[in-house]
Amino acid sequence: MHPFAYVAPNTVEEAVTVLNEHGDRARPFAGGTDLLVKARANAWELDAVVDIKNIPELMNLTIGKNGLSIGAGVPCYQVYENSEIADEYPGIIDGASIIGGIQIQSRAGLGGNLCNAAPSGDGIPALIVYSAIARIAGPSGTREVPVEEFCTGPSRTVLKPGELLVSIEVPKPAPNSGAAYTRFIPRNEMDIAVAGVGVYVVLDDSGNNFESARIALSAVGPTPILATEAGDSMAGKPVDDKIIDTAANLARDAASPITDMRGTINQRKQLIEVLSGRMINQAVERARG
Amino acid sequence: MTKTSPSKVHVTTTINGQEHELLVPPYMSLLDTLRELIGLTGTKEGCLDGNCGACTVSLDGRIVDSCLVLGPEVDGKTVDTIEGMATSEGLHPLQQTFLEEAALQCGICTPGFLVAAKGLLDNEPSPSEHRIRHWLAGNLCRCTGYDKIVRAVQKASN
Repeated sequence: MHPFAYVAPNTVEEAVTVLNEHGDRARPFAGGTDLLVKARANAWELDAVVDIKNIPELMNLTIGKNGLSIGAGVPCYQVYENSEIADEYPGIIDGASIIGGIQIQSRAGLGGNLCNAAPSGDGIPALIVYSAIARIAGPSGTREVPVEEFCTGPSRTVLKPGELLVSIEVPKPAPNSGAAYTRFIPRNEMDIAVAGVGVYVVLDDSGNNFESARIALSAVGPTPILATEAGDSMAGKPVDDKIIDTAANLARDAASPITDMRGTINQRKQLIEVLSGRMINQAVERARG
Repeated sequence: MTKTSPSKVHVTTTINGQEHELLVPPYMSLLDTLRELIGLTGTKEGCLDGNCGACTVSLDGRIVDSCLVLGPEVDGKTVDTIEGMATSEGLHPLQQTFLEEAALQCGICTPGFLVAAKGLLDNEPSPSEHRIRHWLAGNLCRCTGYDKIVRAVQKASN
């Protein structure tokens, strides 16, 4: 492993300054569960790691009237142990509670999961379906990017040299809404998704019709995928098996997986269809409360 | 000018109740800090990438893989390792039940399992079998097949 310096700034500005000085030879360091693995494998040769856990803004976790704000360094356990978040954002809990084991969840967070940009990142689909926004700080100020546009390829994101993810802002869910995420893995836990599906639905007051829906897929493309057509196909339609099957089929069409050691193209497409149906039903169940 | 040379970092940390002052290379893991700088070799290196849990320690009361923590990060924090489990009074109840249930064979994974299991029982004295298995999913054992470990944790719980 290339020897690197350890910097632990107290402000976003200081962090951005160090990151900007080093370009891609410095990285923000939160839980370290991806960074140290990549540095040891020499996938990244770093001159500095910027520990962001002393920056209050990046460790902030607030749930309020306008939604949920998740600091980029907040570990998974703080998210899933928060009963208010569990009540309002069950889809996020579904993802945050299955990333790694307990040891990993003490350190790894949704911000890091997003910045790591693995196509299989279990934390990302739920953020996408809840229409979350990534707040980014950089040398020329701050900007906001929808989470579905954040990942640009495996391990690639919209972050430019010197930029830093500050927080993920999740809007307040609509009334009569529900969400869910699951993945398929051959083990019970501690595994990487073969395929995963996140769903968010908004029902009308009767609970019998979809007002709108969003579906996002993991591990079936170079990035997590927002399956726009699949979600839109349910808008204004009754909650019934035919509508759900149609949406699940469209989700399958939106998947463009590869065959690798974890699964084949056909298996992954089939999984997307099956998991989509299940997650739509679960999101509906949660929406009906 | 921001200081970014890989010079050693001054760290003050409490390990097993005792304060330590250290100069740690900035890229050194907590695992190596414990083993090489302090001589606490009870914490084991397994996979070095967060899969096996052999290096589990408690950091401010939360179990972590010490191979994925940097030594400089523990400045001002509290670390508890396997060496802190037994007291002058005797073994920790989990250590005793691991012996009684023969919950170890080669022993490399054992310190990690014990620290992880303690992390569970300290907060949840009566976990279900399912909860124990879920909690210990981040610890791998290639000898026992897990059943004996789970039985030992159950025996140590209320």
